[in-house]
Amino acid sequence: MVHQILFIVFGVICVAGAINLLAQRHPINSALSLVVVMSSLALIYLLLGAEFVAAIQIIVYAGAIMVLFVFVIMLLNAGAEERTQGSRIALLIGVPGVIVLASTIGWILIKNNRQLGGITIGSSNFGATSRIANLLFKDFLLPFEITSVLILIAIMGAVVLGKREG
Amino acid sequence: MDLKTFIIVAVIKILLVVFIMLTAVAYTTLLERKLVARIQNRWGPTRVGPFGLLQPLADGIKFILKEDLVPDNAHKGLYILAPMLALAMSLIAIAIVPFGKSITIRGIEIPLQITGIGGAGGLSDINIGLLIILGATSIGVYGVALAGWSSNSKYSLLGSLRASAQMISYELALGLSLVGILLLAGTLSLRGIVDSQIQGSRWFGFLPHWYIFPQFIAFFIYLMAAFAETNRIPFDLPEAETELVAGYHTEYSAMKFAMFFMAEYVNMFTVGCVATLLFFGGWHGPAIPSAPTIVQALLPVFYFAVKVFFFIFLYIWIRGTLPRFRYDQLMAFGWKFLLPLAIANIIITSLIVAWRA
Repeated sequence: MVHQILFIVFGVICVAGAINLLAQRHPINSALSLVVVMSSLALIYLLLGAEFVAAIQIIVYAGAIMVLFVFVIMLLNAGAEERTQGSRIALLIGVPGVIVLASTIGWILIKNNRQLGGITIGSSNFGATSRIANLLFKDFLLPFEITSVLILIAIMGAVVLGKREG
Repeated sequence: MDLKTFIIVAVIKILLVVFIMLTAVAYTTLLERKLVARIQNRWGPTRVGPFGLLQPLADGIKFILKEDLVPDNAHKGLYILAPMLALAMSLIAIAIVPFGKSITIRGIEIPLQITGIGGAGGLSDINIGLLIILGATSIGVYGVALAGWSSNSKYSLLGSLRASAQMISYELALGLSLVGILLLAGTLSLRGIVDSQIQGSRWFGFLPHWYIFPQFIAFFIYLMAAFAETNRIPFDLPEAETELVAGYHTEYSAMKFAMFFMAEYVNMFTVGCVATLLFFGGWHGPAIPSAPTIVQALLPVFYFAVKVFFFIFLYIWIRGTLPRFRYDQLMAFGWKFLLPLAIANIIITSLIVAWRA
């Protein structure tokens, strides 16, 4: 019961943060709304028993990546943006399209709950640190290492590009 | 323990810990002024109360009564949010820290830790405790970054840029220095780490099984990174008075300034607590079997407090002794020396752990 209430609370905060992210005119407000979204997502992971993922979500996304976003906004001194008129096509096609897409995905997820490995809130520990470690360093060791090399290449690419410009 | 008892016990623990922590913070400022004065051959505060003991109280009243200014063209919401965020995040980190094993009141075993639960299955706490402390610290950076930006002042902005760049850089070295301990202990739970130090056999037959002895390199890195994380001398570039007035909190006055101040000191305590838990065996110390029960129950807390006090003393001592780094030296020290050293320490530790397994 407590878990359901907490899930609803953090779910509402998450969605409200996401809407606020789009509605705000000042970029720093949007960036901070994104921090709220990420933090409440982390708490939902925690409710699902994925405590390691939750902690990493906070440390890496909310703590490290978003701080860089805020940094850039602060340094560029970006001011409030002006609202555009908004296109009619987006309103006519976009909104119904999003509704259809979201309801289809939701329906499929609810319908195939069993096959997709659905779990109950507050009764699982699929994200415990040791289980994640077993997955990353035993079952999926090669893909994991290849991904890290890929990220390393991206960093090196950024350095090379930065040097050329400077 | 049912839900109702848990909530009552938790609320009492939270109130108690926040009260003790903020009192300790107030008296740490007095201790700092007294000690630094002694180092510089002065007396320090002596006027308010005997030996100046009521000075923190006078400071507190002054903070509350001062005018609360908001600068023109400040981003008002964020200007108010920033000190609250800084203080809240530093207090959240304290909630994870276990101060002792447990005490039993009316048959209910209560762990001396806000986020711990006692019950039929023994004591348990958050099994990612250390990560939560790191997470709270990394969110705390926002308090500093936003304070500088929202006050609409050059000095504040430069101070907050320095502070957040420094905190992010040194957080890497800080996090990596702890990995060696995690490899030895095999758990992320702070209670588990302390238990593994208490239960382990003595190093070389006479040293206690504290992780400071095999992990002294990690301790060195941790200490350096912790000084930088808390923006203390010799890494107090963000508030270098001679260059930046007061850094990111230049424009803050009254209680808002006091909140930044408190956050900094609570962070010092957190860093000292984590060092005590990870490197110095937490509440581990010689037991006195002949002492009365109440002394027996509070002895671990006493050992813990003594070890934390040692770190606070070290902080103040270093403040009274060392000059400030230059900013490029600070960054080079963090990235080119501490970080490679931390990685080397992890590799060596994991090789030894793998070889012994």
